[in-house]
Amino acid sequence: MGELIDYQLCVNGREHDVADSWLGESLLYVLRERLGLPGSKNACEQGECGSCSVLMDGKLVCSCMVLAASAVGADIVTVEGLSAGENDLSDVQAAFLAEGGVQCGFCTPGFVVSVHDLLEHNPDPTELEVREAISGNLCRCTGYGRILAAVQAAQETRQA
Amino acid sequence: MSGDYRLPFVLVSLPVSLEEAFDAFERCPDAQLLAGGTDFMVEVNFALRRPPAVVCLRKVEELKGWRLEGSEVVLGAGLTYTELMAPRLSDLVPGLVQASRTVGSPQIRNAGTLGGNLGTASPAGDSLPVLAALDAKIVVASKQGRRSLELDDLIVGPKRTTLGPGEVIVEIRVPAALGSQEFLKVGTRNAMVIAVANVALVVDWAGHSVRCALGSVGPVVIRARDAEELISSRIDWTGRTLPGDGDLAEFTALVRSAARPIDDHRSTADYRRHAVGVCAQRALERVFANHNGETLERTSWAS
Repeated sequence: MGELIDYQLCVNGREHDVADSWLGESLLYVLRERLGLPGSKNACEQGECGSCSVLMDGKLVCSCMVLAASAVGADIVTVEGLSAGENDLSDVQAAFLAEGGVQCGFCTPGFVVSVHDLLEHNPDPTELEVREAISGNLCRCTGYGRILAAVQAAQETRQA
Repeated sequence: MSGDYRLPFVLVSLPVSLEEAFDAFERCPDAQLLAGGTDFMVEVNFALRRPPAVVCLRKVEELKGWRLEGSEVVLGAGLTYTELMAPRLSDLVPGLVQASRTVGSPQIRNAGTLGGNLGTASPAGDSLPVLAALDAKIVVASKQGRRSLELDDLIVGPKRTTLGPGEVIVEIRVPAALGSQEFLKVGTRNAMVIAVANVALVVDWAGHSVRCALGSVGPVVIRARDAEELISSRIDWTGRTLPGDGDLAEFTALVRSAARPIDDHRSTADYRRHAVGVCAQRALERVFANHNGETLERTSWAS
């Protein structure tokens, strides 16, 4: 595997040690396999599906396309960091449940992160803006109708 | 300063200045350059690339942002597609903004960079036809100094550039607010699409010329020079009107014959040749319609 490296990553407000890591490991791999944060899902590994979406310095990115060692010094937020605790749901997560936006659930964490990012920057998006915001997240179960309804519900709750 | 970000090893370096990036290359001449990662990491994930060392460019100050220098826009190579979609740039380099908007998804546009698009040198790179049509100058630098290149001196084949060891793409210089610009792209969706064909067209009202560059229909971006020359000579520049259908058909035919497409898993050569003709004519008609205050029905921003 070549030489191994050690570094620290700041994830969900906490510094984590990463030890004996191959330099080519993606942020997604490190989150799931080294830091015990399996919320970000691993599917396409080429940025197509969005199921590994995280926020890096406040920007929505696919963690499979971030070289983990290049994320040193960045502020990383995963789906685990969006709610208050393990038994707590964020408003977007609650809306996905209430509106039936979750079927098999694999794509859900990525959608949740994307929708959080959208509503953070654009609290009152049009449907077209919502569709564009989630264009990098694939769902093969819902047909997206219930997901759009969930986004709308979350949007309305925040405005209420 | 750089202290906070400097890693305690040389295999992966995170320089904050070009000088530091050049030093990193000196310590580790095998190092590979990493910009936004949207191409690089796919290759790593699929075990097609195994970098012995990496120089990450995301913190390099000189690659960030853009500025106006006289009549030129100087774009930092580290600008992401999202950053390129800034409102002011829509006035200064509208074609490049349109192209950026068609790239990938929000996630990809937040990561991928203009310099990375050039360095990857994919025949389908969406910024490349625009840069070709604008006769962009690409500035590259190494410890030894700087040089300025035309696009076709930098990209010489599919995924092949003339970048030397330790050389970094620093900035891209394009004329500010040059005429009217259009970018069109064909793919199976409006998002997450690698172009089956893409076309950039610039109408230079002052210079009385049309420039048209074709992407994804050859090993590198192709300027349809014969088509440009023909249509530039037939346009009524005083009345700012397009010539008749016969001339437009001739233009489209010349665009099609400039293309050198191949069959692959994304499309066929025949379809690509057809598509660049349609896109080029549509771009031309849009420019003239918009310029004369007409409104053309737009089915979507990408089509």
